Amino acid sequence: MLSRVADRIFWMSRQMERAENMARILGVTSNLVLFGTKNELQQKNLMAPLSITETDETFFETHKKLTLPALLDFMALDEKNPSSIYSCLKWARENAHAVRWQITSEMWETLNATWLELKSFKKKEVVGADATRFFDWVKDRSHLFRGVTYGTIVRGEAFNFSRLGTFLERADNTARILDVKYHILLPRVEDVGGALDYYQWAALLRSVSSFETYRTLYRDQIFPIKVAQLLLLERKMPRSLAACFDQVTEALNRIDGQNDQAAKRLASEIHARFTHADIEEIFQSGLHEYLETALDDIGELGNRIQRAYLGTV
Amino acid sequence: MPASAQHYDEMNLPGAGKNVREHVREHYRHLVEWLAAMPPERVAEKRREADLLFHRVGITFAVYGDEAGAERLIPFDTIPRIIPKEEWDLLAKGLKQRITALNRFLHDIYHEQKILKEGVIPSEQVLTNEAYQVAMIGLDLPNQVYAHISGIDLIRHEDGSYYVLEDNLRTPSGVSYMLEYRKMMMRLFPELFASQSVLPVEHYPGLLLDTLKAAAPREMREPTVVVLTPGQYNSAYFEHAFLAQQMGIELVEGADLFVKDGRVFMRTTGGRQRVDVIYRRVDDSYLDPLAFRPDSFLGVPGLLSVYRAGNVSLANAMGTGVADDKSTYPYVPDMIRFYLHEEPILKNVPTYQLKKAEDFQHVMDNLAKLVVKEVQGSGGYGMLIGPTSTKKEVEAFRLRIQANPANYIAQPTLSLSTCPTFVEQGIAPRHIDLRPFVLSSKDVKFVPGGLTRVALKDGSLVVNSSQGGGTKDTWVVE
Repeated sequence: MLSRVADRIFWMSRQMERAENMARILGVTSNLVLFGTKNELQQKNLMAPLSITETDETFFETHKKLTLPALLDFMALDEKNPSSIYSCLKWARENAHAVRWQITSEMWETLNATWLELKSFKKKEVVGADATRFFDWVKDRSHLFRGVTYGTIVRGEAFNFSRLGTFLERADNTARILDVKYHILLPRVEDVGGALDYYQWAALLRSVSSFETYRTLYRDQIFPIKVAQLLLLERKMPRSLAACFDQVTEALNRIDGQNDQAAKRLASEIHARFTHADIEEIFQSGLHEYLETALDDIGELGNRIQRAYLGTV
Repeated sequence: MPASAQHYDEMNLPGAGKNVREHVREHYRHLVEWLAAMPPERVAEKRREADLLFHRVGITFAVYGDEAGAERLIPFDTIPRIIPKEEWDLLAKGLKQRITALNRFLHDIYHEQKILKEGVIPSEQVLTNEAYQVAMIGLDLPNQVYAHISGIDLIRHEDGSYYVLEDNLRTPSGVSYMLEYRKMMMRLFPELFASQSVLPVEHYPGLLLDTLKAAAPREMREPTVVVLTPGQYNSAYFEHAFLAQQMGIELVEGADLFVKDGRVFMRTTGGRQRVDVIYRRVDDSYLDPLAFRPDSFLGVPGLLSVYRAGNVSLANAMGTGVADDKSTYPYVPDMIRFYLHEEPILKNVPTYQLKKAEDFQHVMDNLAKLVVKEVQGSGGYGMLIGPTSTKKEVEAFRLRIQANPANYIAQPTLSLSTCPTFVEQGIAPRHIDLRPFVLSSKDVKFVPGGLTRVALKDGSLVVNSSQGGGTKDTWVVE
């Protein structure tokens, strides 16, 4: 497959996955804001999506005050924010447009229709009371695209790069979502383990569609360490980092390259880490630090994939 | 100017009044009866369905300098244009003759130059032409074919015969629309196809691939063929992608290709892969920044040297533009006589060359009656249609001509034939032309049909899609 084409397919899939996870992050934020009554916590809740997507500087270049509508506008609809849902859907469609002869017409039509439909949402719907409906729509479109892709595309390089993009992005995003909790730490120690704490963890679980999964797998109260176990190491949970890396290494192993040892080696290394890690140890040395390292490694893997297969130079 | 004055009506016989079904030409009878039996709501519904499908599939056309309409649909008219088989056979014969002569001409002017030496065409006419490619001199091409793919623009005049308006031998487009419209018509109105024999066009991509493979630098079992596109912002990008997909070959951009050790390769995820034939939809001057425009990112540095060494083929060849240039056009009938010793089957429109003193005077005296075109222009840009222009427009154009007469040719205003077309007020006659696509390798091939373009404005003669023209499916019926 042409490197340029593989690159487009890889990013098309990443952008669709990112749009979905953005919707999930914003969903959880809108929810948490309902609970946070204290102004200080409110600001933390609102800051979290900006910090974990590393867009806080961009936001404050154009905004003075951080409010929920301003945040939603920036993260969902702002064309100048490269990680906004708007930008993700736009670029996913642009990338698909550039390679629509290498993907199935259903895939192209799904992304094209998504883009056309996006423009029919009014700003006040998205940043107001109907925000949830918008986020659900984004998730639906992402599910649809993934299903259409899985159901129609030839099992070849296009499929491999699409899977690679989807799961690398999801691993990155799940790590960031789990890190939200770090950014909204409760101000007083006595609150930890309280009702508010519980709601925060529950909202986080819901954002990755795994509240029920938690109950089914652990049959227990919501404990932070188990939430982390579920999102990081639980293979049965399709959004966990371990599950994502099962897919990443599988896709990578199907790809034939000439200079891809560095990429394949790092992927296996990360995969092994999530396979054998112990959640107690992770907690002892600090979850936030662990996630930061994981994100750095995922970023580096992305670079190596780029160099091995997709580089234009 | 109303569409009626003097023109050939493709559907109705002369003297036929409105709604007189007996007076339609035989090959339209079936369609007319079907149209009459069809409730208008159903027609409207089908047209909406077509629009929706075209939008979803993304069959679009980009218009230069139109930011808002970066991707626009070409209006598609659901009433087909019908050509009887006997008439098509004659057209096909004429097209084959014309393309054969044009390819012989191209080989000649880059080799012995017999036609110039014998004074059939003035040497300076060819050798000083901007599109004459010095790099092509003495280069031997497989099967001596230069224009592998051409699109010949034809119109039917009031005398009922076809005239060639323009030979497009560079990178003619439109064939994807021909294929998609047929698919759409069969989807919308299967009953029409079931009840009469419309000759198929669907095998065009297969013929095209055969043609491209036959252009390979040497005999090889499976030459690697690619389509080279300027990229997704090009107006014909949809077509490039469509054809690559239909042929099952790679669609590459300049940056996907590179030259090494005297060969052309493409960059793939599995390493480099050699390329033998490039169906390029990029103009000559952008093909190789080392040889032509250094500021171009669309081409491949070093491509020309590989091409000259005979290690890669280009379709169409470089330098074909000199043969479809409007200043060369008047000589095509002479080419046919010179190379083939035959009389031309297809007519040429009488053409005045403004660089000739006597022609210049005639044109200046009759400007308001004539159509004036730039020698290098295309797409309906840079032209004057005397009879439909205001006095002011005519005078403004006169100044442009006087500044550089050699840059223009003029022709009498031809009355394009009309075909019934859906317009806001119902069904009305609109002017049409026809672009069949001709494939040349060892022999000349085509599918029965082409792209029919229609001027949607009442009385308008401009059919270009960049200027608000629409399209129709073209049927050759047996």
